Amino acid sequence: MRAAALTMRHQLIGLGGVVERNVYLTRRYIWWDVAFMVWTIANTLTIVFIAKGIEATGGSIDVGRTTTTLLIGGVVWAYLGIIFEFLTETVAWERWEGTIEYTFMAPLSRAMHLGGSGVFAVLYGLIRATLLFIVVALFFGLSMPNANFVGALVLLLIASVSFFGIGMMTAVLPLISPEKGAQLGFVGQGMLLVVSGVYYPVSVLPGWMEWISTISPATYALRGIRAAILDGAGIAWADVWPLLVIGACSIPLGLWIFSIGERYAKKHGKLKRSG
Amino acid sequence: MSEVAEVNSVAQPSREVAAVEVRDLRKEFVRRDKKAGRFARKRRAAIDGISFTMARGECVAILGQNGSGKSTLVRLLSTLLLHDGGSARVFGHDVFAEPRAVQKLVNRVSVEASFFKKMSAGENLHYAARFYGMAPKVTRVQIPEILSRVGFPVDRRTEPMENLSRGMQQKVALARALLTSPVLLLLDEPTTGLDPRSKLEVQQFIHEMRAKHDATILLCTHDLDEAEALADRIGILDRGELLMLEPAEDLKRRYGAETLEQAFFAATGRTFEDEAAEDDDEEREVFA
Repeated sequence: MRAAALTMRHQLIGLGGVVERNVYLTRRYIWWDVAFMVWTIANTLTIVFIAKGIEATGGSIDVGRTTTTLLIGGVVWAYLGIIFEFLTETVAWERWEGTIEYTFMAPLSRAMHLGGSGVFAVLYGLIRATLLFIVVALFFGLSMPNANFVGALVLLLIASVSFFGIGMMTAVLPLISPEKGAQLGFVGQGMLLVVSGVYYPVSVLPGWMEWISTISPATYALRGIRAAILDGAGIAWADVWPLLVIGACSIPLGLWIFSIGERYAKKHGKLKRSG
Repeated sequence: MSEVAEVNSVAQPSREVAAVEVRDLRKEFVRRDKKAGRFARKRRAAIDGISFTMARGECVAILGQNGSGKSTLVRLLSTLLLHDGGSARVFGHDVFAEPRAVQKLVNRVSVEASFFKKMSAGENLHYAARFYGMAPKVTRVQIPEILSRVGFPVDRRTEPMENLSRGMQQKVALARALLTSPVLLLLDEPTTGLDPRSKLEVQQFIHEMRAKHDATILLCTHDLDEAEALADRIGILDRGELLMLEPAEDLKRRYGAETLEQAFFAATGRTFEDEAAEDDDEEREVFA
């Protein structure tokens, strides 16, 4: 019992080590992060301006509501991008710096290793997403008197578990393809969001895509967050239970897929700096 | 029990078993066969059925040209590669079936220092130590001590690694290995590219690891003098085969050679300068 507790303690220290490393690296690259933040804001503004564009070209819409709807889509897109980016970089960055062999020969379980990246990604992603939301909302002078921000935040955190599980599946890609694996992670992110109604209701999708949207955690996160911010709705169980089920499935599945990729890399000698 | 003792007690192996026991170990890689056609593939043995045993506290040097299989051997014992045949045990633990138990006992220093270059020496060491379960209150005390022991100026521990010389970076690599108190230390050409003074400091470190830490050391090197000075026994690895493993004097006597270089030549039929003379050897360098 004591040995098991000691082992768990060591594993949690290892998880903390990954968070600590990401804090060090974020501090070192802080001005790059500021530059990427500017890019994300510009990108989100481009999307959100569409609402005003429709009105300007004669369309009849509630500009304020549509602007907020698009903003929520843009913020969730950016948040998911950060989670995927950090998890994919768990391997890609270590390979680039040459530390990959030292990390993979250390007695740390892969769940804790990836978990450390996931915990940091959620914390960092929340900060970035909140800043993005505030800046763009202020830019457009959006008024959200009934918004339930706490409910929206809770839903985003619940959805993060599923995002983390799916991110683990993409994190394996740089192990299999050192050159192009990281970029393939962005393909996964794009596929997930296109079926999840990021800037439109999922009802406009073709039938087969709408079916796929039911297994995407982003569908429920976007629906619930929009209801909370636009209408002040509480946390709906109809949004929570699918997120819990997808989270419970995606984490073991993500770990399993990663373990297959790691085994492949060890078999074929890809677990090294040059790949 | 103190936290430091607690951390170190996790991985204390038995004194009764061999430190390293390798039997008919084989590792193959699949590569393109240009001569046989565009899509043809062939299997090449990087490690071709080698067997040897190391006693606890022993230092064994493995000599071999580029592509001889030295790094593959180190990576197999580090749990970074899966084998294709045979077995390898570290202090009785099967390297491939019980990787976690082996990982607690092993650390390595390789030719590349390999750190996060924007992070400082201290930050890199804190990060590496966490993976071995060492909490901040332990590493805050131990890291300055260990850096000092390997001859690294402690006041430079907050500088980014990219500002440090190659020799300084290698000292931090030694500190990283020492920090986790490994009982088996795998050294893969740790002095390649270092200036004579840094090389000497690394060699002093190896002596210290044996004398004070009871570490078993597997040293893969190009440097014949270094091998002779540090190792109890010397192995010659040629094209994935371990030709022999014996004390340097026995090796020289066997071939009637005055120097280790002459003995190496007599054993392999080649000199260190001959490397990659054949297509087969060039291909080996890619994966071994």
